[in-house]
Amino acid sequence: MPQVMGQALKRHEDIRLIRGRGQYTDDMTLPGMVYAEMVRSPYAHANILSVDTQAAQAMPGVLAVFTGQDTKDELGLIPTAWIPPNSDLKMTPHPALAFDTVRYVGDAVAVVIAETPYQAQDAADQVQVQYQPLQAVVHPREAVEDGRPQVHAEIDRNIAFHWTVGPDLDAVFQQAEVVVRHEFRQQRLIPNAMEPRAALAQYNNATDELTVWVTTQNPHIHRFLLSGILGIPEHKLRVVAIDVGGGFGSKIACYPDEVVASWAARKLRRAVKWTETRQENFMITSHGRDHVQEVELAGTRDGQIQAIRVKAYSNLGAYLSTAAPGVPTILFGLIINGAYDIPHASADVYGVVTNTTPVDAYRGAGRPEATYLIERMVDLYASQIQMDPVAVREKNLVKAEAFPYTNPFGLQYDSGNYQGTLKIALDMLDYPKLREEQAALRKDGKYIGIGWSTYVEMCGLGPSEVAGAVGFQGGLWESATVRVHPTGKVSVFTGASPHGQGEETTFAQIVGQELGIPVEDIEIVHGDTARISMGWGTYGSRTTAVGGGAIHLATQKVIEKAKKIAAHKLEVSESDVVFEDGMFSVAGVPNRQVSFQAVTLDAYLAWSLPEGVEPALEGTAFYDPKNFTYPFGAHVAVVSVDPDTGDIHLMRYIAVDDVGNIINPMIVEGQIHGGLVQGIGQALYEGAEYDTEGQLLTGSLLDYAVPKARFFPRFETAHTVTPSPHNPLGVKGVGETGAIASTPAIVNAVMDALHPFGIQDLPMPLTPEKVWQAIQQNQGGR
Amino acid sequence: MLTAPFEFRRASTVNEAADWLQQGTEVKLLAGGHSLLPLMKLRLAAPAMVVDISGIPELHGVIAHDGVVTVGAMTRHVEVVKNPLILAEAPLLSQTAAVIGDVQVRNRGTIGGSLCHADTAADLPAAVLALDAQMVVSGPDGVRKIPASEFFVAPFVTALGPQELLVAVEVPSMPSDAVSTYLKRPHPASGYPVIGVACWVGYGGATVRLAITGIGPTVFRAAEAEAYLAAHGLNSSSIGEAARLAAVHAPVEDDITGYKRQLVSVYVSRALQHTAKGKN
Repeated sequence: MPQVMGQALKRHEDIRLIRGRGQYTDDMTLPGMVYAEMVRSPYAHANILSVDTQAAQAMPGVLAVFTGQDTKDELGLIPTAWIPPNSDLKMTPHPALAFDTVRYVGDAVAVVIAETPYQAQDAADQVQVQYQPLQAVVHPREAVEDGRPQVHAEIDRNIAFHWTVGPDLDAVFQQAEVVVRHEFRQQRLIPNAMEPRAALAQYNNATDELTVWVTTQNPHIHRFLLSGILGIPEHKLRVVAIDVGGGFGSKIACYPDEVVASWAARKLRRAVKWTETRQENFMITSHGRDHVQEVELAGTRDGQIQAIRVKAYSNLGAYLSTAAPGVPTILFGLIINGAYDIPHASADVYGVVTNTTPVDAYRGAGRPEATYLIERMVDLYASQIQMDPVAVREKNLVKAEAFPYTNPFGLQYDSGNYQGTLKIALDMLDYPKLREEQAALRKDGKYIGIGWSTYVEMCGLGPSEVAGAVGFQGGLWESATVRVHPTGKVSVFTGASPHGQGEETTFAQIVGQELGIPVEDIEIVHGDTARISMGWGTYGSRTTAVGGGAIHLATQKVIEKAKKIAAHKLEVSESDVVFEDGMFSVAGVPNRQVSFQAVTLDAYLAWSLPEGVEPALEGTAFYDPKNFTYPFGAHVAVVSVDPDTGDIHLMRYIAVDDVGNIINPMIVEGQIHGGLVQGIGQALYEGAEYDTEGQLLTGSLLDYAVPKARFFPRFETAHTVTPSPHNPLGVKGVGETGAIASTPAIVNAVMDALHPFGIQDLPMPLTPEKVWQAIQQNQGGR
Repeated sequence: MLTAPFEFRRASTVNEAADWLQQGTEVKLLAGGHSLLPLMKLRLAAPAMVVDISGIPELHGVIAHDGVVTVGAMTRHVEVVKNPLILAEAPLLSQTAAVIGDVQVRNRGTIGGSLCHADTAADLPAAVLALDAQMVVSGPDGVRKIPASEFFVAPFVTALGPQELLVAVEVPSMPSDAVSTYLKRPHPASGYPVIGVACWVGYGGATVRLAITGIGPTVFRAAEAEAYLAAHGLNSSSIGEAARLAAVHAPVEDDITGYKRQLVSVYVSRALQHTAKGKN
């Protein structure tokens, strides 16, 4: 039996996905299925005066047109599910169909159900809505000013919550030798999963069960929320996510569309499908980031960082989406010290509602916003005290012997050797030589820049006790059932809900290794509340750390029971049985052995089982991890800037990451590459823009630059392995590291290139025009 | 992303297409569909009738005769890229078509469709303008020719009459010593040119043509730069001045920061340098 853990096995799921055999929600067709089309507000803020559905109802193929008036007494409001403690959070219950006020462009006011999707859209165009437009507010810091329009009558100055952490640091800052102050704009991003969202709901008259196929990262959370909103008990509600084409956080939330499709399916006793267009995806599916951050760093003249603090205005959009309040608080504020041993830190966050699309988790969720802040501040500080940015990092990184390290907010960083990854990156780059080249090139009017990011992040979200303490309205454990069938084939049921991350392969590697059976004999089942007892889903790079931990424990239970049966069969005591490579043998007598498959058959035949052992063979575990995991690493970007056009050319990108033990290096590599592309996308290309009336100006792929493969050089990656002590597999998360680390590395590199022009900072994305203009304005400093 | 209802017709001759066009104003001709169909799916266009002209035999084919290459309006971009006659007689057209969109777009999109759509940010208008091409147009009053310099009237507006259709593009053969370049700066989102400079030099440097797309309201010629280069020859010092002249005279709008003129200058300069390198 060859070693499978740690091997770069090809992804099992790709056999169907890359051949077009995947089954996405929109691929499903059910008998009698009809189509839903939403009527959406063209205004960011308006009162609804009237909705006239008569003409639409008379259109061919139309079964029904429902408005907010029809649904408001029958449907619960869509809640937020993360309530950070001590933040005075005000709920913004979201009606699935607006009935009095619309609060962002795309807010749904009516739904048309018709026999074909074309008929549904034709009729939706005929629904006449009279609006009384109201003034809109879009910018998070402006929204809290006096006299601005109020998005929700009950939320004064649009402050949905105010969350603070850490002590008053005025004294520290007053006494500091060096204080760096800077303001950063974390621009708004649009996740753009390849598959837009979709929902298909079917009501079973015989059983009173509603089944909802939906693009979700967390079917059980969806069931939990839908149950409350629809008033259907959980045992009569099934949520299924078959193949999901990416989420990046945007498929965590419960949205109005699936609520309405579900409600209409029960009302009409017809299967109802709703599929989002790309245009709608830009308009209504949750966005990411969008902060204004006022940051201060205190340090000594010789490079010792003493304190970091931030006052942030976080734009949450018109309604607090499912996980939204946790993102700019717990997932951001608690880790603003980054990988550095900074004794003092505090964060002060205003969660602000505006007339924009709701903002929720987006790959990294809070941690990119924190990492950008600290990594940029370290560079600005280094520049101010005229130290090399690497020297400042080396001086302040948490030392290898300090683990477990407790950060100023009480987070316990699990394990690491931060200097180790930095050392490798320095060697791969040949840093001193590159600095010499840079100096020589500058004399020729050529500008290259080197940018560093030595990051740490917290992920692998769990344990549940912490979830409760930070106000997450759910648990963060995970379930697994390892069911061995009579022939020794295995079905594994996981509560995690992978949607492109590759766990159908990595989970099979865990089970295959531990049971000593081929990975081809193992099926990973996920994404169906009827098949999986419970689970909390896939986000926060938790799937392998928490879901994998549960699978490991369930597998161990299987082995434990099988060992009893094997001992009985081999007529020795259990303590004399050794299990290796799929064979149970008698210690010291290796030829007295019985295979795992033979033991399995015995377990099912149950003709002769040891005393007290039940028939069949399966193990179930509910695993709550000890704590988060903390992947880390050193990234460095090398860019050149063309002063004639402002073009930025990414010459090299080196990522040295430590994500703990690695189950499948190819999948880890893929996750890192994907994360890098999204993080670099934020630095250079992506940015959602609204006009002052709340109209999204970047509403299509013609305007909003999702990065293309040709924009990138070959990424250079390397690893160190420091296992996490917080879970039995010793793994850390990897899904978000690239997106967290790369954004500041790129911006630091561009600012390093622009140093001769006296340019210290530019707002992202660093478009060529912005860079060129800054060079024009700063030519004097050359 | 679903179109409004429309009547669909497939024409097999130019006359048949013309008959449908005369049915009314809400008729749209369908060529490769890469501009029209997205507009219809977004319901920004909702024609009552769509007439597919892509299968009309008269609109296909490339011939060279008497120093003119005639390219049928329904010739797909991929054919323009690879056609030996075009490569031999008017390589600038192939060079330009080669960087339109992506493989899928080039496999479906047509030269006639692209030119008649007259998107401000299309690539091909620069090539046909630089090549002094003639648009061969068929209408109720017969066939007429419109010079490329008069064809592009405003964004998405051409000199085509409401009942006319483009039959072919006549491109004068480039001289045997001609060297050409199409230099494009693709938008990071759309891939359309932020600026595209089509340029050729021939007759021993006596003729220089520079046409610029993407950055102005319509495609335009850098006439002052052309004249300067014709007078001073193409060399490293004349290129700088030509680029400056092109930028100064470029009909760009809303250029508050000056970046558009800067791009005109840089791209004209780089296109000319590239062309100069290709010169024997």
